[in-house]
Amino acid sequence: MNKLLNVSASPHTRSFATTTTIMQDVAIALVPASLFGIYNFGLRALLVILTCIATCLLTECVYEMAMKKPITTGDFSAVVTGLLLALNMPVSIPLWIPALGSIFAILVVKMLFGGVGQNFMNPALAARCFLLISFAGRMTDFTVSAVGASASSFDYVKSGAIALDGVSGATPLAALKAGETVSLLDMFLGNTGGTIGETSVIAILVGAVYLLIKKVISFRIPVAYLASFAVFVVLFGGKGLDTNFLLAHVCGGGLLLGAFFMATDYATSPITRKGQVVFGVLLGLLTAIFRIFGASAEGVSYAIIICNMLVPLIEKLTYPKAFGKETKANG
Amino acid sequence: MGTATFKGGIHTYEGKELTQDKQTKVLMPKGELVYPMSQHIGAPAKSIVAKGDYVLMGQKIGEADGAISANVISAVSGTVKAVEPRLTSSGLMVESVIIENDNLYKPIEGLGEKRDYAKLSKEQIRSIIKESGIVGLGGAAFPTQVKLTPGDDSKIDTVIINAAECEPYLTSDYRMMLEEPEKIMNGLKIILKLFPNAKGIIGIEDNKPEAIKKLTELVNGEDKIEIKALKTKYPQGGERQLVYAVTGRKLNSTILPYQVGCVVNNVDTAIAIYMAVAESTPLMRRIVTVAGDAVKEPGNFNVKTGTNFREVLEAAGGLTEEPEKMISGGPMMGQALFSLDIPVSKTTSALLCFTKDYVADMEPSSCIRCGRCGYACPAQIIPQKMYICSQNNDAEGFIKLDGMECCECGCCTYVCPAKLSLTQSFRQMKRSILESRKK
Repeated sequence: MNKLLNVSASPHTRSFATTTTIMQDVAIALVPASLFGIYNFGLRALLVILTCIATCLLTECVYEMAMKKPITTGDFSAVVTGLLLALNMPVSIPLWIPALGSIFAILVVKMLFGGVGQNFMNPALAARCFLLISFAGRMTDFTVSAVGASASSFDYVKSGAIALDGVSGATPLAALKAGETVSLLDMFLGNTGGTIGETSVIAILVGAVYLLIKKVISFRIPVAYLASFAVFVVLFGGKGLDTNFLLAHVCGGGLLLGAFFMATDYATSPITRKGQVVFGVLLGLLTAIFRIFGASAEGVSYAIIICNMLVPLIEKLTYPKAFGKETKANG
Repeated sequence: MGTATFKGGIHTYEGKELTQDKQTKVLMPKGELVYPMSQHIGAPAKSIVAKGDYVLMGQKIGEADGAISANVISAVSGTVKAVEPRLTSSGLMVESVIIENDNLYKPIEGLGEKRDYAKLSKEQIRSIIKESGIVGLGGAAFPTQVKLTPGDDSKIDTVIINAAECEPYLTSDYRMMLEEPEKIMNGLKIILKLFPNAKGIIGIEDNKPEAIKKLTELVNGEDKIEIKALKTKYPQGGERQLVYAVTGRKLNSTILPYQVGCVVNNVDTAIAIYMAVAESTPLMRRIVTVAGDAVKEPGNFNVKTGTNFREVLEAAGGLTEEPEKMISGGPMMGQALFSLDIPVSKTTSALLCFTKDYVADMEPSSCIRCGRCGYACPAQIIPQKMYICSQNNDAEGFIKLDGMECCECGCCTYVCPAKLSLTQSFRQMKRSILESRKK
């Protein structure tokens, strides 16, 4: 033996999961919702998605180069942020708005707070809320007419296969707010108005199941969120146990996308098991309050970023008891 | 009820297929034998031989010094070449007795004599175990006689034999279960003789169905002994995890098993007890698994304590190519070696040689707070939070997070996607806190 041996402290073995593989899994899980968004809203949706991802990557890269830090764009976390932001955009949005949002998400929310894992708010959602406040009209304009020619190739498919009438109409939640009923089947398939990635329940659930199977996320946050939301809608919704109303609320808007993909964001959700349940319940409560009593039909984004800020407190209050801590010696 | 287990833990690549079907081979040492005086937890033994003395096989060469200490026994006959510090697998120089093997294996008087243990008193059994230099062979190396003397024998209601062998690659305990199951059973019966109110439970991970079958056959007719299948999961053989899986009793870092009525011994310790008590043979051998992709003929070897690692590796056909990493013990809790000039000690369970140290190539990155460390932690604390404290050298915060409950099993480090050295930093933090408490 001429070579020097590697000496290190145990353990001498590691799992092969890395930050990159986890982020890749999240990106893969968002593919069904993205594909459906492109199918539903036309190629322009793809353009919005690419704009967001590219701007996010570029922002991170430029910032790190300027700060002379190692370039971390290879870890896919900026891709996930860009993708999530794009899926929260209406398709007709002028492209400079998602680009601006992407810069805000990466630069202000993520990098200025220390980069991956250090941000205290979900970057995609914080950026969305920033855009909602700054460009309220454009961010809530869900008509597809503005899309124009870019969607033409898909218009043919649409008119031939399934007529997606609902696409250019009001979102299901706006319809609910106006006291109308909505077709649950349309919502399940995604045949409704809304942001690029939020309309199809089935596409979101396929991605969610993938994340659950790969153990990237656990049931705790989404289930606590959806269950508590349902309970509060029944209690305060003013419709009692109206199944159509309840299911439309659960499937409508960004709730499912938020519950499975954004509330579960590692950096901005509690790390303790109990804390995750508390977090989910709070999210359900806040979302229900915003939707039922608020002026806007939607409430998921605000609920999540507000609860993001409660995470340190929740973690502090729910730190687990160590194994066997309560045991007393006998003899 | 299904297989017993605990909360947390990890599933690693097992690597046991390399050696689990290889019959144990006896290895006769050629060169000098080195006996460190500290192969156990507690005070080092005092060497009672001097340079030039002639010693016999089975002769005591190191005398236990203090209440928690253990004798050291020579496994060969020959002349004492020197008494000097030598390198051990811990990386430290330890005072050792070096014996030149004369290859005659002249035994001391009475070595190997059969004894009817049913006729021995508890005191006699304990003193034989003490004289034989037996320590916990699972890795902790706590003097066994001390462990078997809890004060009030009647309070012990469960004697557990730890046959989990949850460390990847290790199959030495498994081989013993297949090759010498009667000795394990009899060792357990001897321990049970000390504790009138106890029943014996042998806990085996369910990835060893052959061993479970073999021992279950032997239990036939014994109403005080039971075999318990455990879920295959690291660290199933950790003392706190095992006691919980078998009895449902929870231990923390300040409570020893006897304080909840349990006594835990490793399978090989049970064999050592049987050999000492029933066959007048003190602890002189060790079953060592030699494995890893750099080893030509991986296998299990019955090695005399004091044998040089180099000879053990030779017995396994030597190396296929230059290794990058060598480990004494398993990959989760073993010690990385920088030299092979190290003796096999009482607790050497394995010699692993790998051509590639893939851990060294993993670049640590930022914590993404995925929480996997907390889910994997058998102590059910949150390594992510403890890591922040240890990085900031915040002892108070570390203690508040129950950081002292960390058993250093390595699960958090194993699962961490950011490849942070969590366990390593906790080990350091715990040491420095314990040091400052002593002052």
